[in-house]
Order: sequence, then C-alpha cells, then structure tokens
Amino acid sequence: MSELLDIATRVAGWANEGEQVEAFVVHETETEVRAYEGEVESFTRAESQGVGVRVIIDGKQGYAYAGTLDDTALQETLREARDNASFAEPDEFNGLAVPDGVEPASLELWSDTVGVFPTEDKIALAIELERAALAADTRISGIESAEYIDTAYESAVATSTGIAAAARETGCYVSVYTLAEADGETQTGFGFSIGRDPSELDPAIAAADAADRATRLLGASKPGSERLTVVFDPWVTAQFLGIVGHTLTGEAVLKGRSMFADRLGDVVANPMITLVDDATDPAAFTASALDGEGIATRRTPLIVDGELQAFLHNAYSARRAGSSSTGSAVRGGFKSGPSVGAQALTLLPGTQSQSDLIAGIDNGFLVQGVSGLHSGVNPVSGDFSTGAEGLRIRDGELAEPIREVTIASTVQRLLQEVTGIGDDLQWLPMSSAGVSLVVGDVTMSGA
Amino acid sequence: MLDHELINRTLSTAMRTGGEFAEVFVEDKRSSSAVLDDGRVEELTSGRDRGAGIRVVVGDTTGFAHTADLSEAGLSAAAEAAAAAARGGGGGAKVVAVSPIDVERAAPARIPPEDVAKATKVGLLTLANEAARAQGSAISQVSARYGDSRRRILVANSDGVLAEDDQVRTLFSVSCVASGDTGLQTGRESTGRTVGFELFDEADVEEMGRRAAERAITKLSARPAPSGAVPVVVGPGGGGVLFHEACGHGLEADLVGKGASVFANRVGEQVASPLVTLIDDGTMAGEWGYFAIDDEGRPAGHNVLIQDGVLTDYMWDQLRARKEGRLSSGNGRRQSYQHLPMVRMTNTYITAGHDDPEAIIADTDSGVYVAQLGGGQVNTATGDFVFGMTEAYLIENGEITDPIREGNLIGNGPEVLTRIDRLGHDFAMGSPGTCGKDGQGVPVGDGTPTLRVTSLTVGGTAA
Repeated sequence: MSELLDIATRVAGWANEGEQVEAFVVHETETEVRAYEGEVESFTRAESQGVGVRVIIDGKQGYAYAGTLDDTALQETLREARDNASFAEPDEFNGLAVPDGVEPASLELWSDTVGVFPTEDKIALAIELERAALAADTRISGIESAEYIDTAYESAVATSTGIAAAARETGCYVSVYTLAEADGETQTGFGFSIGRDPSELDPAIAAADAADRATRLLGASKPGSERLTVVFDPWVTAQFLGIVGHTLTGEAVLKGRSMFADRLGDVVANPMITLVDDATDPAAFTASALDGEGIATRRTPLIVDGELQAFLHNAYSARRAGSSSTGSAVRGGFKSGPSVGAQALTLLPGTQSQSDLIAGIDNGFLVQGVSGLHSGVNPVSGDFSTGAEGLRIRDGELAEPIREVTIASTVQRLLQEVTGIGDDLQWLPMSSAGVSLVVGDVTMSGA
Repeated sequence: MLDHELINRTLSTAMRTGGEFAEVFVEDKRSSSAVLDDGRVEELTSGRDRGAGIRVVVGDTTGFAHTADLSEAGLSAAAEAAAAAARGGGGGAKVVAVSPIDVERAAPARIPPEDVAKATKVGLLTLANEAARAQGSAISQVSARYGDSRRRILVANSDGVLAEDDQVRTLFSVSCVASGDTGLQTGRESTGRTVGFELFDEADVEEMGRRAAERAITKLSARPAPSGAVPVVVGPGGGGVLFHEACGHGLEADLVGKGASVFANRVGEQVASPLVTLIDDGTMAGEWGYFAIDDEGRPAGHNVLIQDGVLTDYMWDQLRARKEGRLSSGNGRRQSYQHLPMVRMTNTYITAGHDDPEAIIADTDSGVYVAQLGGGQVNTATGDFVFGMTEAYLIENGEITDPIREGNLIGNGPEVLTRIDRLGHDFAMGSPGTCGKDGQGVPVGDGTPTLRVTSLTVGGTAA
C-alpha cells in the first residue's frame, strides 16, 4: 500500500511553481471462476494497475493516464496532463482538494484471507453454487452462469496541496443466473452472496434466491394497462435511489441538470422519506473512509422527513457553490478525473415487513425486477419509465406473475407518492441499500 | 507490435502443460477526449493502455491471464498463469509457428487523430456550443464531447494464425438542456465512425448542435406518452436498437448454446415477418462496428442471420465454433486485453423494403412515431426486451402530430419480429452505440429503413 502512496506522492512532488498536481494510483488483483455443468468453464487471474494525473495551471485543468507505473510512464503522463491543461479554458473554481481536518472513519475493509484462499476452494465454491441452484427446484432447467469472484483493490491519491491518502479493500462474491422451465416457457432469476472474505459467502442462499426468482415468474402473463399501487422489491428500490442520488449531486445542480436545483428547503418527498448518503457505514459494500480526492467521507442527510436539506459535493462543486466538500468525489477508475456522486445511499427503514405492507394493498404489483433504467429514465427531466416483472397483488396477497409491462411516472412524483417503507433494509452490491417501498398511483402499461 | 519468435515462444509456453489451444492477444490503445460544458472547454484527457491477454483452452476449460508487461518475462509469466488456470494434464513440448493471414482491410484513417492539433479538436466543441445556444434562450445548458482512439491489436494462436489490425475511431456528441414552464428537457445528437479526423469532412458539428437543441426545445411541449399497446412506426436508422435487442443478442451462439435464448434450435424456421432480412456485417468500412479482424484474429464477416424471415444462422466466436466443428463468423470481440472474448454483434441491420416511408405513416390511423431511440435491454431467455425513445411523436389520422415525453417501449422479440408489416425503401445507419454484455462494452453500429410494428407496448402515463 505504501508503495502506491510513494508513487502518488512522488508525482505530486513534481509540481512546478504555481501549478497543482494530483496523482491517483491503483492496483487491483482479481480472480474469477466460472462453473458450467460441473466443470470449470473459465478461470481468470487478473492483475491491473494504472495512474491518473490531474494538473491545474492558471485555473485550467488537464488529465492524462497510463496503464503502467514505471518512471518514464509517470513523467510522460504528467507532461501530457500539463499539455492538455493548456488547451482548456480557465475556471476560477478549479482546484484540487485541500485537507479539511476531518478524520477518516476507521473501517475494516481488508481481509488477508482473500489473498491466501486456495484456488481449489474457489473452484469448489463455484461448482457447489451451480449444483445447489440446479437442485433447488425441479423446474430449474439450466444455469446461464455460476461464478466466484474475489478482488483486492488498493489505491492512493496525493496532491501538491497536501493530500496524501491510501486505502485498500477486499471483496468477494458468488452469483448465479438460473433458467426455469415449465410448459415450454422459460423464466430467469439471479441470486448472489457477497462479503469481504470468502467465509462470509453463502452459496445456498444465492442458489435459493436465484431459483425462487425464476420459478415464481413461471406462467407469467401480460396484463392490461392501469394505474395502481406498486411495491418495489429492495433490489428495485436500490436502483431507484441510485437515480435520485444522481439528481442531488452538486455537479447536476450547478450545471442546471437537476429538477431539484432550486428546491433546497422544500418538501420534495413524502414526509416518511429520510434519505442519507453515508460511506462510513461499515455495513455498506461500497463503504470507504476516503473519497476519490482523498477527503474523509461522512454522513450527509440529503432529504429529512421529506424536506430537501443538502446536495453532495466534491472539492470543485463545493467551492463553486460556496459550500464545503461532503467527501463525495467519486472515480470510475484511473482513466478519468473525479466527479460527484453518492457512495452509500440509504432510506431510513420503516417498521413493517414486506408482507405486512402487501396486506394493506387491494390492487397492486410487486415489482421484482426492472429493465431499461438507462434508456427510459431521464435524470434531468425526471421522466421515469422502465420494463417490469413481478407478482400481482390482490386483496392483500401475492397473486399471479406479470411480465412484459412497463411502469411509468416521474422521479418527482414517485418520491411524493411513497406510502410505505419496509423494515427489510439490506445493503446490495451497488452504491445504495434496498428496502421494500410502496408507491401509489403508478401507471402500468401492458397489452 | 511483437517479434514473431517471441510470440512463438510465448504460445509454446502456454501449451506446455497440455493445452489444446492457446492464444496471445496484444493491444496498444491510445485515447483522447475533450469536453465542453457549462460554456467553457472544461478538460482534455488522454492516455495509453497496453498489454497482453493470454488464453489457454483444455477440454471445456479456459484459463486466462493478462499482463501490462510485454517483455519476454512478463509474457512468459502470463502464459504460465493461463496454462495453470486451465489445468492441463501435462503433455510435453509443442512447437508453435505462426504466420500472417491475408485480410481484406479498408483504407487506413486518412487523418490519424494524433496528427491533429488539440486546438483544432477543441475548436469543434466551441462551434457546436455556439450553434446550439443560438437556437434560443430556452437552451439553458450545452455540453459537447470530442473523442478519438487508436487501437492496435495483434492476435496469434496455436493454430498458426497471426493477424494485426489498426482501428481508429472518432466520435462527437452534443447534449442540450432546455428549460421552460414544464421543467427541464434534454436533446442529444451524436456521430461516430471508424475513421480518423476526416469524420468532420462530412459531420457538421454546428448542425449537430442545432439538432440537439431543437430536440430539447421540442420536448418542452411534449405530452405524456400513451400507455398500452399501439402501432409503432420507427424512423430510418432508429430501429436498429430494436433488432439489436429483439433478436440480435438471442442469435449469439454462446447464449444459444446454454439454452438461454428463445431462438435456440430454430435455424431453418420462419422466425420473423417475410419482410425481414437481418444481417450482421463487420466489413462495413467506416461504420462504428467495423474492423478488419475480430479480437480472435478472424476476418470480419458479412453474416446473414435472417433471410426473408427464416433464421439462417447464429453469430459465432472461436470457442463456440470449435465445439461445433465450424469456423467462427468473425464475431469474437472483447473490450480490452484484460477481457476474455465472447460472441458480439458488429454492425447489425435490416435491409430496405419497398414502401414509401411517407405512406407508412399515412396508412397508420393512430400510433407512435419514434424518430430517435435510446438504448435498450433484453432477457434473451424469455425474449422480453425494452428500448428507449428519446424523440417521439403521436401519429393521429395518418399524420405526425405532438411530441411525447421520453420512456421505454416493451415487447417480446419473437412476437415483435412477426408483427413487422411495413418496411420503407429508405435506409440509414443509426447513432454509434456501445453494446454491453457481461460487463464488457464494445462499439456497435446498426441500421434500418422506416418500419412499422403493428403492436408494441408504449410505457407512458397517458390513458
């Protein structure tokens, strides 16, 4: 770990007078085992590294990267970032993060076990996962994929403005996609189990979930169109929160790309909604003590009792908004600079179980999966339309399966129309947690 | 990119423990981009990523390892790791000797991106921004993006194949936000081709800026989209995404082989309206999904998948083709040297029909006209797919009328294919796309004439 920080610090130290330099260095190892029909289908052992350098000169910003870390590559990358900066236009708010005195949370995100977990055991997990999914139900006709993956990720960021931070984390998971068949009809389902350490994985749960998700959709039909109450399964809610989080970033707000830009202090959601971003929560799989600029992450309540209270900021958006960084700089790897984003979003859970929530609904739709979030949801206008599948709710009970429909509303309306939140909060392998969510007056389009 | 003797030695190392097939994939990719947002050139980014991925196949097991170290030691270590991962039974020395294969290739990029001054690239952004903002005060935000990449690859395998390619792609896009009493709306326009900076001999970035702005402004007065099944007419070029999702993915041999496609075991059957001829063609010079060789060293192919509605073949990569004792169709692709190849589309299109496009609309009493599609998604096992409409209008009494708000359409591939009842004599390729599968993105193109689907479910909110 200190080796990466050494590299980052050395590059930042090459800054000229009147110039800001930031270096972000990553190193990652990954093992992936895919099982198919009781054998190893593929075994991948991957190791990758890279550096991204950001330079700010006279308010002008440039970025360059390289997939190698030798000194020649580092110097060439810095030179290229400088050259790139000279062609940008100045912005008085451009500038790297500076230490703000906030102590990073103490999080245990690294397990030495991942590095020494024997190959044979990884293979055995993947094969056992496939076997368990096939055996879970007689209607499971095949497995599309069954895999074990582990990663060990280390990063460091250093700047000429005094940032010098390093972090490391391990993660592993098993995931399986099943095919279920009955009467010539096929349905699919997925299941997973995730942890910091292989001992936390439970292939049986992943297999059972995948079998259940696929078989419960067998016999599904396409209903007519109507407006009704929907219940988002935790998996769906987590994806919805990801879209909401995007609209609450300083970047979207300052550049006029958020419908909530002028709404600070307004009631933008049902009063039962309290939405928090908190990467210091160790239960989140995306937990992290530091953000992409090396600033300590922190708990930021965004919506409290329905009222919009804050936006997320990195160093740039905070400076421009006259605010301070919320430790929300996020990076999508070393090939691009940091943007602003939510890291671990969660709703404050309610007190009712999913079945209690369903018991109160006469006519509704439990949405188990959505598709086309990237093509039918516009985070600028708020238009929301996705493909959906799941189970009909009749007289407070789960009824027949539904497929090939869409559900539509707007992000603004969905937040206002929330009428129930479950107690089933669970962190999922994405930057938000899931919880059952009841939303009224949603249009379901079908036949 | 690499000495032939070094490649031979690396392949021999990979085969030493009993591999049946080994492959070295070397990639050297340089990219650059420039972004204008919020009225100023915000940032330029450039970089280089290179390395090699080594694959060893033993029985049904593939071992894979990659390295950024292209020295003999680095390649040898990766070859050993891949061989160990494939866990061969051990089998003595195999000598591998590769020789270059003949490949037909399009003329190289006329203006390589590295020969163009950064100031010139940045200048395009400013032109697009000014043209977009000149469309009216309703335009409240504009971003424009220029991007280019040069990807040199070398593929060599234990069958003796050695092939190289030099792929240059250039991309430009403009996105606008319009604001009004109805809130915010967006409009986007993009172009991308497998060519160099000569892209801009044809692409007029000011016109692109104006079109993106108009799209956003038009949508300010958009009505809620209908909810339910209606006839849908898709404009020329727009429908490619529909076929990419409705059947393209379902015709990929890896999914077919696992029973995860509704099109499995249906070759020779009528799977679509007799109007439909679907082709996947990696040889279309200059198109976004063009290449001379795929990422397994096979020449790109012109592959007819559906002829007059009858399913003729699937798309194949090396691994799946080997099992079937046939040749790959040139559809083995990967995002980078860090990824295993799999079956992917290239440029997928429907051939033109005979109808007058105007007549197709005039003959539609009421429905939806989709002028521009967004992305989509499909479950190949069930055939259910969605695709987004980013510019669409109502059709009322045979005429295109009011714009409607964005949303997804949903349908079932095998059903929708049989419901195509009109095909125009026009044809256009659509916008450049990035197709995602199993976490890997690759550039793909698509195209269609104007077409009509008798019934598709539109996911709006209006009764």
